[in-house]
Amino acid sequence: MSGTADPKSAREHARAQGGTRIETMPVLPPVADDLPEGVSADDLVWEETVAPGGYTSRRLVRGTRLRLIDKAGDACASLNIFNAEMPTERLNVADTVKVQWNAYLGEGKLLLSDMGRVLASIIVDGAGTHDTFCGVSNAAGNLRKYGEGRNSGAYPNGRDRLILGAAKHGLTRRDVHPCVNLFKGTKIEADGAITPLVGPFEAGREVILRAEMDVIVVIANCPHVLDPRPQYHSTPLRLTAWRGAVTPEQDPVRNASPEGIRAYLNTEDYYRR
Amino acid sequence: MTSDPALSGLTGSIIHDEIVPARAPWLHIVRKGEVLRIVDVEGNQAVDFLIYAAADDAERYSAQDTVAMQGNLFLRTGTVLLSNEGNVLMTIVASAVEYHDTIGGACSSESNTLRYGHHTRHQHACVDNFLEANLTEGRGKRDIVSNINFFMNVPVEEDGTLGIVDGISAPGLTVDLRAEMDVIVVVSNCPQINNPCNGFNPTPVRMIVAA
Repeated sequence: MSGTADPKSAREHARAQGGTRIETMPVLPPVADDLPEGVSADDLVWEETVAPGGYTSRRLVRGTRLRLIDKAGDACASLNIFNAEMPTERLNVADTVKVQWNAYLGEGKLLLSDMGRVLASIIVDGAGTHDTFCGVSNAAGNLRKYGEGRNSGAYPNGRDRLILGAAKHGLTRRDVHPCVNLFKGTKIEADGAITPLVGPFEAGREVILRAEMDVIVVIANCPHVLDPRPQYHSTPLRLTAWRGAVTPEQDPVRNASPEGIRAYLNTEDYYRR
Repeated sequence: MTSDPALSGLTGSIIHDEIVPARAPWLHIVRKGEVLRIVDVEGNQAVDFLIYAAADDAERYSAQDTVAMQGNLFLRTGTVLLSNEGNVLMTIVASAVEYHDTIGGACSSESNTLRYGHHTRHQHACVDNFLEANLTEGRGKRDIVSNINFFMNVPVEEDGTLGIVDGISAPGLTVDLRAEMDVIVVVSNCPQINNPCNGFNPTPVRMIVAA
């Protein structure tokens, strides 16, 4: 006699599963025992660990701090970021490197939109290996490399994950844009050659982003497209976010460069209403 | 019979030959097998370039897929221009200039305020050209992604410092692109006057298609 032969039995069967705890899940309500000093547990808004090959997306209020942790050394956080109010405005990787006159992301660097505004700033960088050039894997590439690349298979690709994360917020294939990768890096040689820096790295490296606008962040956690290993290596990506103050005028990251100051002026002007 | 040096080396018949005025946008379908030649008529004119698959314009040029596949940031003869789905849109079959850029992006009135100051806000910029061209076919802001800049020079130094510097092109130099599927090409003949990408003097370029 099957335990799921009738609706009431099926309901019991489903409810028996509730309360299961695994590493890769959102924690509701959020709890974190390792918040930075000075951050109140009451200000915690998001605690979620993304599975290997997984994705997530969320709207964050301006001022929110988002901490990403590469728990086991083989996470790759591919980010798409949108202005939550007007998602045709989104991260522009070319502007991000060109306006800041540097190929590499790190502490104090800004993630710029295509409208001359700051979507987020990097206020802590405990990893030092990030990539603005190579983007995400796609289904064709994963098929070639791992024998399979579809969303529904064992080796999901970053592009399809970003599309799903964007779709959950009403966005489409057209909205998925060139991304930045955190925790997996690239180094550019004198002749333009790209050297991948994919580790694997020591456990627990963290990056903290500060939202400078109300944003939608879409995050995929798939192997970097230049990972040379023939197996699909991906480990959990932990996300913790807490409320914080809007960046004040005297903030050192805000004032680190003349271009950055103008980006903050543009951002502040956008919210002047 | 005098021969036009700008046509030298092109095979087949010339099916399109047009001057794009300085600062202007351009949009054209290039069908599979056809070759598009861009002529840098007066030398060191940045030609901002986007490509869309004609059959599905949500599939478009991906600078990231392209550089990752070839393991190098610079676009040279032989570079395969890939889409965001990993398909081949076009191939650079010949280039008289050693390399071209795909990390420098397109100027916009918004990014100009960051790079140079708010006094530049009302200068014409590539994104306005891209929007104008794209809007004639129902595409918009979402469809503008990292582009190619033919004839533009953006080196990256050891410490990561990068920037648009004096170009390495010269009057009459060309780049030839063969379409590997039917594509829509959207161009901004860059109007930027605040950095060296156009030698501080935006000039016309010539678009030739051979079939």
